[in-house]
This record gives sequence, C-alpha cells and structure tokens, in this order.
Amino acid sequence: MSQPLIQPSRAKSMTSGESCLALAFAVTAFLCVIASAKAVDAPFGFHAALAAAASLASVFVILNRYFDRPATLPPQEINGKPNYNFGPIKFSAGIAMVWGIAGFLVGLIIASQLAWPALNFDLPWISFGRLRPLHTSAVIFAFGGNVLIATSFYVVQKTCRVRLAGDLAPWFVVLGYNFFILIAGTGYLLGVTQSKEYAEPEWYADLWLTIVWVTYLLVFLATVIKRKEPHIFVANWFYLAFIVTIAVLHLGNNPALPVSIFGSKSYVAWGGVQDAMFQWWYGHNAVGFFLTAGFLAIMYYFIPKRAERPIYSYRLSIIHFWSLIFLYIWAGPHHLHYTALPDWTQTLGMTFSVMLWMPSWGGMINGLMTLSGAWDKLRTDPVLRMLVVSVAFYGMSTFEGPMMSIKVVNSLSHYTDWTIGHVHSGALGWVGFVSFGALYCLVPWLWDRRLYSLKLVNWHFWVSTLGIVLYISAMWVSGILQGLMWRAYTSLGFLEYSFIETVEAMHPFYVIRAAGGGLFLIGSLIMAYNLWMTVRAGEVEVSSPVALQPAQ
Amino acid sequence: MSFWTRHHIFERNTIVLMIGILLVIAVGGLVEILPLFYLKSTIEVVDGVRPYTPLELAGRNVYVREGCYLCHSQMIRPLRDEVERYGHFSLAAESMYDHPFQWGSKRTGPDLARVGGKYSDDWHVTHLTNPRAIVPQSVMPGYAFLASTEVDPETIADHLKTLRALGVPYTDDQIANAADDLKAQADPDNSGGDALVKRYPKAVIRNFDGKSGAPSEMDALIAYLQMLGTLVDFKLYNEKANLR
Repeated sequence: MSQPLIQPSRAKSMTSGESCLALAFAVTAFLCVIASAKAVDAPFGFHAALAAAASLASVFVILNRYFDRPATLPPQEINGKPNYNFGPIKFSAGIAMVWGIAGFLVGLIIASQLAWPALNFDLPWISFGRLRPLHTSAVIFAFGGNVLIATSFYVVQKTCRVRLAGDLAPWFVVLGYNFFILIAGTGYLLGVTQSKEYAEPEWYADLWLTIVWVTYLLVFLATVIKRKEPHIFVANWFYLAFIVTIAVLHLGNNPALPVSIFGSKSYVAWGGVQDAMFQWWYGHNAVGFFLTAGFLAIMYYFIPKRAERPIYSYRLSIIHFWSLIFLYIWAGPHHLHYTALPDWTQTLGMTFSVMLWMPSWGGMINGLMTLSGAWDKLRTDPVLRMLVVSVAFYGMSTFEGPMMSIKVVNSLSHYTDWTIGHVHSGALGWVGFVSFGALYCLVPWLWDRRLYSLKLVNWHFWVSTLGIVLYISAMWVSGILQGLMWRAYTSLGFLEYSFIETVEAMHPFYVIRAAGGGLFLIGSLIMAYNLWMTVRAGEVEVSSPVALQPAQ
Repeated sequence: MSFWTRHHIFERNTIVLMIGILLVIAVGGLVEILPLFYLKSTIEVVDGVRPYTPLELAGRNVYVREGCYLCHSQMIRPLRDEVERYGHFSLAAESMYDHPFQWGSKRTGPDLARVGGKYSDDWHVTHLTNPRAIVPQSVMPGYAFLASTEVDPETIADHLKTLRALGVPYTDDQIANAADDLKAQADPDNSGGDALVKRYPKAVIRNFDGKSGAPSEMDALIAYLQMLGTLVDFKLYNEKANLR
C-alpha cells in the first residue's frame, strides 16, 4: 500500500479533490451534529450522529493521507505498465465476505423463526418483520453490491489497461456505499423502513446512496473513456448497464416527502396502483440489473479467464446483451398478476417475462460453451466448477421465472414459498456461486498469492450445493402444497382447509429449509477461512498473468 | 458482416454505449407506467373510500414499521377460493390513498385486505400480544410492546399535511383537528366523537386496547386493522358502473 518517499515534501500541495472533499465532509459533520440535536425521533438522531462521526473520520483520514503521502500522486503507469489501483478493491472484496456471512446468518435466523416462532423473543428489534429486510439487504446489497463494486473496479482496469480514474473517488464509492449499508441495516433494526421491498431505506439513506452511486458511475465511465484498448470489453457493457439502470430505478422508485427534515419518517410520492407498479418495475429490475446484468459481467470476465478460453460467441454476446436489457424492464407486472393493476399491464408483463427466457439462455449458453475444449478442468479445478455450476443455476432459475410468470401458474405460485424457493435458486445458486468463484479468483490475484487450499474449495462447493438442494426442494414442495391447499374444495363445495392448517403443514419444510441455509452458511465460513489463510499465509504467486482476449 | 461491424460504434464510444443503454431500458418502463397516471380506467370511482383517520394512519405506520406486509398481503385476487375465504376481490380505489401501497407479496399469514370487523378488539389484543394464546399453530411474532408505547398526538398533523402535499385530499378541517381526532377515536367518552365521524364517515370509535389513558400503538394498529376493507359497501357497489 504505502509507497516509499521518493523525495522530501518539496512543493507538496493538496489536490483540489482533497481540499474540496475535506471541506465538504467538515460541513457535513457540522450539519449532522445540528440534525442530531434537533432530531424528532431517536433513530434519526442516532443516524445523524453516525454520519457526523463518519464525516469527521473522513476529514481526519483525508488530511492524514495528505501528510503521509509523497508530493506526487501515484503515477498512472510504471515502466509502461498500468499502475493498477487495488486498495479500494481489496477493501470491498474483504468486506463482501464479512457482510455475506452476516447476511447468511440472519437468513438462518429468520428461517428458524418461521419454524420455531419462539425465536422472535417478542422483542421489536429481532422480530421477523424487521430482520427479513436486514437479511435481503445484507445479502443483495451488502454482499452482492460489494462483490460487484470490487469486481467492476478490477475488471474495468484490467480490460481497459489503465489505472482506475480518480484519486479519492474510488475510496469514496467503496466507503460511502458501505456507510449506506450501515445506515440501512441499523435502520431496519430500529424500525426505520419505507416498506418497499428491496428499497426499504428511508429518504436520507436514499439521498446518500444517490450521491455515492453517481460517483460510482463517473469513476467507471472515466476509466472506460481513458482506456488503452480500442474496444470496450463485453463485461464492461454489462457493468455499465447495471450501474446506469440501477440509478434510474432508484430515482424512479424512491421519491418521498419526509414528514420533517429532522425525522426518519417519509411518505412515498406514489400511491396505490401506481406505487405498486413503480415498486415492481424497480423490484424485478433490481433482480434484472443488480443480480443479473452485474453478475453476468462477472461471468464474462472470470469464466474465460479461469478456463483460459475465449468467450464462446461474440455475436451472441451482442444479441444477448441488448435483448436482455430491453426485455427485462417490461417484466415487473408479473409480480402483480390478478391484482388491481390493469389487465393490459399484467399481460404485457407476462408476455415479456416469457420472452425473457431466450436472452437469459443466450447468456447461459455463452457462459457454458466458453468451456468447450476445457471441460476436463471441471474435474481438477473446483473454482471453475463453482463458476460453471452458477451458470447452470442461472439457466434453471431463468426457466423457472418465465414459467411462474404465466398467469395460470402464478395463480398457484404467488404468495407461496415457491417464490421464495425460486428467488433462492437464483440467489444462492447463481449469484452466490458466481460471487464465490470470482472471490476465489480475485483474492489471490489482488494479494499476489496462491489460493491456500483447493481442497477446502471443494468442501465449500459440495456443502453449499447440498444446502441449496435442500433449500429449494423444500420450498418447491411447501409452496405447491400450500397453493393447492388454499384452493382445495371438499366434495360438498366448501373450502377444505382453514388457513392455519396450511401454516401447520409448512413446519417440516421450514425445518428442512433452515437446515439447507445452515449448510450454506457453513460453506461460506469454510470460504472465509480459506481466503483469510490465503492472504495471511499463502505462498506468493510466481507465474505472470495471462494476457486477456479482446472482445472480438 | 456489415451488421456486426456496425456494433463497433457502441464498443468504441463510451457515451454512445451509455445513451444506447438508457434508451433501450426506458421503453418498457414508459409504456407500462405512464398510462397508469392518466387512464381513467386504472382507478375506478368507488363510493365510500376516504383517507385514513389520524389514529388509523398512526396504526398503518406501525404496520409498516413492523414489516407486517412481509407475511400478510392486502390484495384479494378474483379467484373463487380467495373470494370465498377473504371476501370481495380488492378494488384499485381501496388503496388509492396508500403511500406506500401494502399489497404485499407473500402469505405466510392470511390476507388482511378485509380483516376489519372479522374479529373483536379483544381477540386482536390477545392475538397481537401472544398469537399462540389464540392460535396454537401460529408462527407470528408477539407484539406485546405495542401496548406500552403511546402514539404522539402532536406530530400527527404534520403527517396529514405531508400526505396532502402528495395528493391525499385531507381538508384544512381534518388537519387542524388531527390531534383531537386521534385522541377521540380511542376514547368513547370523548366529546369529539361526532365531529370525528362527520370528518371521516364510518370511522369506528372504541377503546381498542381496552385500557384507559392516551392512545397506545396497540389502539392505533387495531383501529387500522378493524377498518381494513370496510369502507366500500358491496351491497351497494355496482361493478358495472365504470364499464364503458
């Protein structure tokens, strides 16, 4: 990290970025102290105090870095080779693992609460209703988001052959994003939520995320613009689509009016039907662009790299990219079948969801077929196996999704655990495994080490796969069972089951699901140990990195 | 070959690629969302729907805060079993003043769109305090702490004002009397009851939590649950009225 002082601090001055950012944080700290003092509710006061402390810490860190650094900033190139900026990536990759374990653990807790409700302890802070958003946000935005930021900053530098744009900006993105996670997560426990699924954080957290996300977009764009390669590599198309679209979705779904600027409570601008449509336009495309486009970018870089093969088809990449991002946006209304949303919107949503099957499988084929000529590596390289199995799970859940979006199927599956099972085959199988695979590649590359143990990767793979299989099959059975029980009639034409009988029938499957989640958590602990030992005690890698195939 | 080389314009120009992405993702959202704001058929006009009373609104905010929507939907679909189990299918108008909507996406517990009037206040107090005291197989968390938390009557007018700024038709009268209305609805001995019902037709005035003193969050939540789905009178509702 620290570079030796080349010369004494002759003519050293603060960059405009350093001075402006330090000043901005100083002002923010002052404003946050006032906000904390005037807060109308305790959680807002707590969050304002946290923000004040973080702002002060930022001022200190910026000044401290200035006094410690040499007069010139790190060079763009050293001996004609790009001087890659790995600091923020290391932080993001490391904290992704921490958030991941926390998120899986909370998932296990809420799964157990559904099986044994006494585990709620009837305390407000740890009841199911508050922990569930904590779980979803921790795994999607904290774990997944940090994996995306880490890999995107790595891939964009490597494929553009330039140092990441900005000096403080990449750190601002990484630390600012994780501060957003902290505010969101503690908010859920304190009951601060706007109740829009996967967009629960309140107005002030949303505003902060907007600032961070725009900076993220600018850093990414500026890096791509100054690239040394003539073409933008395919993974970067997907990263760019992910960053741009998430910004649009965030701004569209979250406009809200706070009751007081010194309070956490706000009311969302949209109401009723329109709010429902905005919410699931956002919600489904959080899946489409956060959990799909972003992780497809990971697939397009890490699978070819690990398999040492070029991407199967350049043309398929083009078709798959444009059709995927065009069709995904339409699919939201399939979350609102048979509701008070107008029929025409539901039908559009269903139609486009079914069409979405094709580009999704285009992506899967492109990922899997990249292995042609290298299939034997699946036997010897458990990291590659993890990456490839993730693509297989992607294919499975992108078939299941269009099927569930068909109205008649949805009339059975909606409101049941089938949806939860579907989400988790995508989230654990696809997003989880592709992230694990990427981290198993990335951590050794970043720290210039050899991975500590492939045997432990193998254990992680099998323990987690068993966990996923238990999880999703339990949810398939419970979901379909519950859907069928709700609509069952006796021969006399009465509803056969009371609602509570269907709840009771779920119990064994909730226990199996919790066991599956527990195995998945154990797998991630094995991984954390493996990565920790890689960084701490791993051998230094000797081989030189392989040159990357350009997009065409 | 020419078609594929045309794609180079996106691969070589970052800004062109970004604009291309923005245009492509804009289409679906615009087509599906914008018409919902101006097509009259989206939300039919239905008699009886009114904004929430201050106490109901406070209860709704408790409902949101505790994440009830994660296990309870408020959207009855027009399917035979749902209509028989829960009542008339939900109308768009019934959630037109909901910021945010609470339709939900999962039924770990039953739908609540028409739970109002189905159970007594006593049932709700007991059930919210310890669900398994009434329904042994229930997996719902207990919410005993609601009974010991008071609702703040001072700030409730600000909530009404905020909602009015977003289009909910609260009158000046309703905003000016918000704090009094909040207290009056949980206290049958309060003299402000008649004025409350005049301002909010069909508002139910009861001591919901059965305890004396200022309204608690238990009062507010039960007031909200007891009004859910009761505003529209389906004996009078004419489902053909909005056909064109």
